[in-house]
Amino acid sequence: MSAAELTAGVLVVLSAFFSMAAGLGIVRFPDVLTRLHAATKPQVLGLATVLLAIVVQVPTWGVATTAVLVMTFQLLTQPMTAHMLGRSAYRTEHVRRDLLIEDELGRDIAEHAVPDELDESEPGAEPEETVGPEGRM
Amino acid sequence: MTFLTVVSIIAGVMFGIGAIAAVWRIIRGPSILDRALATDVLLAIGICALGAEMAINQHTDTLVVMLVLALFAVVGSISIARFMARQDAS
Repeated sequence: MSAAELTAGVLVVLSAFFSMAAGLGIVRFPDVLTRLHAATKPQVLGLATVLLAIVVQVPTWGVATTAVLVMTFQLLTQPMTAHMLGRSAYRTEHVRRDLLIEDELGRDIAEHAVPDELDESEPGAEPEETVGPEGRM
Repeated sequence: MTFLTVVSIIAGVMFGIGAIAAVWRIIRGPSILDRALATDVLLAIGICALGAEMAINQHTDTLVVMLVLALFAVVGSISIARFMARQDAS
């Protein structure tokens, strides 16, 4: 048993543990936003550890660059997914508001609501969220 | 039984528990957003399992598959989230 095998084994077990924790998290947690928190573990940390294990086991430049590429694309695309899921969960009222400590998006929506839209009694609906008064996101 | 065999058994059991939990959430999910999220988790666990198999068996045949999955995993969840949004002008 070499040092590379030992390192790779520990990293693989760590990645598997993150995957198991994410599975248990999305079963146990109460709403979409908290499940988003649990879902991040294998998507970022688990993938990082397993890519490190591959690079340790097969230490060539081709493998290392491809691993960096995989991690880069994962880090680029997963925040988009989490953002879109959280956004539509908020807008379609799949959020447990009694579990929220601070609701900054709700406060901003209440501040920037167009007066005509106030009558519709839809607290999650706000037409110009992405383009604010100063063009900020 | 070598060290990596033990590692592969332990990791396989853990990946299996995670994947079964994700499938349970896909089946039971109260909303379609929960199902999209659980599908994402299942895909991430699949990517991690592919990588773990490569690290244990010391080959790099499916590294390209991991690359393509990391690129296109985003499409399903974003389309579901866009479809869910009610009043979305952007």
